[in-house]
Amino acid sequence: MTREAYHKALKDLEGELQQMAVMVGSAVRASMDALKNRDLETSKRIVHDDIQVNRKRFEIEERCIRIIATQQPMAVDLRILAAIINIITDLERIGDHAEGTAKISLAIGEAPLVKPLVDLPKMAEKAVSMLERCMKAFLDRDIETARQICNEDDEVDAYYDQIYKDLVLLMIENPKIIKDATYLIWAAHNIERIADRVTNIAERVVYMVTGKMEEMNVSKY
Amino acid sequence: MKDKFTIKNLNFWYGDKHALKGINLSMKEREVTALIGPSGCGKTTFLRCMNRMHDLYPGNRYEGEILLDGKNLLEKGLDLIKLRSRVGMVFQKPTPFPMSMYDNIAFGLKLMGVKSKSELTSRVEKALKDSALWEEIKDRLHEPALSLSGGQQQRLCIARAVAVEPDVILMDEPCSALDPVATAKIEDLITDLKQNYTVVIVTHNMQQAARVSQYTGFFMLGEVIEFDTTEKIFTAPANKLTEDYITGRFG
Repeated sequence: MTREAYHKALKDLEGELQQMAVMVGSAVRASMDALKNRDLETSKRIVHDDIQVNRKRFEIEERCIRIIATQQPMAVDLRILAAIINIITDLERIGDHAEGTAKISLAIGEAPLVKPLVDLPKMAEKAVSMLERCMKAFLDRDIETARQICNEDDEVDAYYDQIYKDLVLLMIENPKIIKDATYLIWAAHNIERIADRVTNIAERVVYMVTGKMEEMNVSKY
Repeated sequence: MKDKFTIKNLNFWYGDKHALKGINLSMKEREVTALIGPSGCGKTTFLRCMNRMHDLYPGNRYEGEILLDGKNLLEKGLDLIKLRSRVGMVFQKPTPFPMSMYDNIAFGLKLMGVKSKSELTSRVEKALKDSALWEEIKDRLHEPALSLSGGQQQRLCIARAVAVEPDVILMDEPCSALDPVATAKIEDLITDLKQNYTVVIVTHNMQQAARVSQYTGFFMLGEVIEFDTTEKIFTAPANKLTEDYITGRFG
């Protein structure tokens, strides 16, 4: 009764998921670099390319549905598919946040940034690192790492608090920059939400391995 | 929900062959319990222990206890005819007797001593209604049972089992010879029967086990590897062997 074609289809699907995660992780990094370096061409490209992430999500979802309909997966296989269907939603939203950051860069336009970006790129790098390790934890069925990643969300929240306070202080000192400083708060908020999405993915990794639904880190935002 | 069957350290031998090894489990009253596992794992052997069908053949031996409402079915001197009217059985292939539909159902009742024609008629009607067959055959009850379709024959056999008002109905792959439409009818019927009877079903169709049962036992090499709620077995089984079997990684 061993079902080689079916299990290969499941493995291939996991490969597709990893590919989608790489797409959105790259988009987040590139959108932050473009914002920092005022690279409007790259920002435009990121906005344009988000459609590819959305397509990938539908493609993976359809493949999951096809496997459910034709193979009647059970137990761990069913949990893998349930996890993937949830994770692609989070990945797609992470892609949207990268697109959002790129749109902020375009909205600021040719104007100089209200301050050099220091913490924001670090925050973005932290969130992408969480995403990458979380996807590896998915592949390795590593629930310890998944749980650890959820705890790291607090570091991202701390960055957000700091960036928010710095920018509010700048706005109090110079109300003329309120508009552009607010854009940067939005950018920080995007990154904060990305880390929350990674936490969701980590929860799915734990579910996939243990069969238990656990809320692992409740965002304070 | 109280336990209908409690099995304690049950061992069974076909001659020298040790077919069931130290089975311990309980089955809830008015719930459907599914038994799954690869061919030769002992699930049908186990099912047939529950109404002592093995006693029909020489050389078979039981050890341990099978408690039905607390009474050990393996006790010497047990009235097996009475036991089999309390614990009815439906087989893989429909087994109608070569007589009319009505007589098929009345057969067991007559054996039990029911003589009144009006009582026979009302109990035949009730059994056929309970088995979701009444509407389809009520106008031709005296035609041969063998003229029915396979699915109808199987429901007739269920009606025959139900007519003597058993506590438990054992089903040994009751849908394996049926098409998907007939299978769906039997599955609906199993869900209805659960209101009044404890049902134990052996099936090779894991989706069927998942659809109709509340509890599932996974057997392998004569042992119960895992017994739990059906939901747990099919979403997150505790044992790796169970998981490998139901996901098709061996078998």
